[in-house]
Amino acid sequence: MRFIFKTDYNQDLRLLKHSGYWWSYGVLAAFLILAPFGLDNYLVSQLVFVFIYALVGVSLTILTGFTGQVSLGHAAFLAIGAYTAGFLQSLGVPFIIYFPAAAIVTGLVGMLVAIPALRLSGIYLVIATIAFAFIIEEVAARWEAVTHGNEGMRVRTLDVFGGNGVTLPRDEPGFYFLCLGILVLMVILALNLARSPTGRAFMAIRDSETAAKSMGVNLALYKVKSFTISAAITGMAGVLFAHKLSFISPEMFTLLLSLEFIMVIIIGGIIGLHGAVLGAIFIVMIDPFLTLLKDDVPGLVSSIALLFGAAQETAASIGAAVGNVGSAPGMKGALYGLIIIFFIIFEPYGLYGRWLKVKLYFQLFPLYKKATFKRQKTYVKSERNR
Amino acid sequence: MLDFIQQLVNGIALGCVYGLIALGFVLIYKATEVVNFAQGELLMLGGFFAFTFITFMGLNYWIGFLLAVICMALLGSTIERVVVRPILGYPQFSIVMATIGLGFFARSVAGMIWGTDDLKIDTPFSRSVTENVVRIGSLVIADDKISIIVATVLLCIVLYLFFSRTRMGIAMQATSQNMLAAYYMGIPVKRVFSLIWAISAAVACFAGILLAPSTLIHTNVGFIGLKAFPAAVLGGFGSIPGALVGGIIIGVIEQLAGFYLPQGFKDVAAYIVLLLVLWFKPDGLFGMKMRKKV
Repeated sequence: MRFIFKTDYNQDLRLLKHSGYWWSYGVLAAFLILAPFGLDNYLVSQLVFVFIYALVGVSLTILTGFTGQVSLGHAAFLAIGAYTAGFLQSLGVPFIIYFPAAAIVTGLVGMLVAIPALRLSGIYLVIATIAFAFIIEEVAARWEAVTHGNEGMRVRTLDVFGGNGVTLPRDEPGFYFLCLGILVLMVILALNLARSPTGRAFMAIRDSETAAKSMGVNLALYKVKSFTISAAITGMAGVLFAHKLSFISPEMFTLLLSLEFIMVIIIGGIIGLHGAVLGAIFIVMIDPFLTLLKDDVPGLVSSIALLFGAAQETAASIGAAVGNVGSAPGMKGALYGLIIIFFIIFEPYGLYGRWLKVKLYFQLFPLYKKATFKRQKTYVKSERNR
Repeated sequence: MLDFIQQLVNGIALGCVYGLIALGFVLIYKATEVVNFAQGELLMLGGFFAFTFITFMGLNYWIGFLLAVICMALLGSTIERVVVRPILGYPQFSIVMATIGLGFFARSVAGMIWGTDDLKIDTPFSRSVTENVVRIGSLVIADDKISIIVATVLLCIVLYLFFSRTRMGIAMQATSQNMLAAYYMGIPVKRVFSLIWAISAAVACFAGILLAPSTLIHTNVGFIGLKAFPAAVLGGFGSIPGALVGGIIIGVIEQLAGFYLPQGFKDVAAYIVLLLVLWFKPDGLFGMKMRKKV
């Protein structure tokens, strides 16, 4: 185990604590910089989606992970960001202006949502955000002057300054680096937020509202702040999302999308920002994985069956059966459901939590105790009385 | 005026459906403080079970009805045992997400088993092909709507009496307020949980079967469960008569909004009401006032 001998307060504040961090993040950075030139187009495109989902994951980590407020309406914030960008672009506003504008508009809406949400907690907040998302979805479908309704809306190629030729087409490395850059910036912002008085107040609210209040934390102010920051980041993700798809319509921003976002942080792990990225990778890669299950695995399974001495027909039928499972309609939904239940019951801290456990196991080698990560169960308190 | 009354009656019928589904939420919440987001999917499964027994196997309607309700009750307590019990005591958010996951899973699996076509059950309520409505003056009410209204009111009364008059019902209320204290008082908390999930799934099954003639049975029928949330919240989430009243109010508002307001308001009216209720009166109409303790 590595013990860092600290001689300076600045050492305590560093984001990269020791040389190991430099190495691992250096390798990651090198990979991400080289990726658009080395990998094939499909994978690079998936990586861009990973960045966008991770951006939403960061915003949800701030809201849910830091502040403890749950939202099942983040698809609506994404929609607001995307439509603001699309609308302003159609008016001829350049990216450099409509990108922050979309973030500000979404942030303001987030603030408006937060104000009624102040009186709510737990389950009521979840229901209220669902209701908000439904209303936004309907507005997007009906407000045809701005959103073009159910026909959907075309989003033109990203033009940075408007008219003098700096364009970033959605499949070029330029757009990839834009998404990567914004994600990195937002991750750093979130990390700094977590170390600032504001972030500490968020966490105090998460752990106990009563205790936070008695320590002088203004609950209303900080909850509104948290919602606003989270919504603004999701709005930025919405702009990138709109440009990546180059077409937006109301039926993209459904409850299912909000659920995918929540899954990002559940699967990744709510305890840290790593979780947002890991969860995003997981969610985005489910589709290619299912395609793989449909196309390649059946052949592989039947050849393995052949290897173990099965007759030709049985091997073929085993392969076909596996293929049927992979291509059954609604397989994705079933898989989503199982994954959510599995993570909630067995891996409540998500993939990042698993990584921390494995790391700690090796650090403490013979002395690791399972109970280190055990969550406390409370049977006493009714949430109604909180 | 007649239009208005006709819309009102249709709204009440629609509202009873919402009330019936909201009843399922309220039961589980009242006894265990868990909100079951898969309630709509339980309703869907109830409809599919009934289809299997009545149309597919050709049993008598009432026998099939009973069998479906029993199957759903068993399924409900199984779900409680497998999914809900391991995460009891953790923050409510975990259970909410687990039931959402369960809903996904149930919808997909139902799609794999029963297919994605609309299915239909023949009911004894439709007396003949041409005349299955009741006319009062010039008001027209479909038979299946009357069956929904009657069944909802009856179920509400039975469940209300169960909760306020029987030992088990009162034990359930105690469990919801403080699980540990209830356990010390000798209440079999685990059995309470199994039982309430069974009852709630059975109520969902009722709703699914009664709804079958008007909406048919398909995998997306469960989304109606989301419309029942406003009803439950309006009624105060923990109150059985509240669920019914809330459901009827939401149903009437939705119907009238569809009739008098421009297109698009019908679908969101319920949610706008929900937000207003949460804003101005988060306890709902029949909510219990709870004192805060530190």
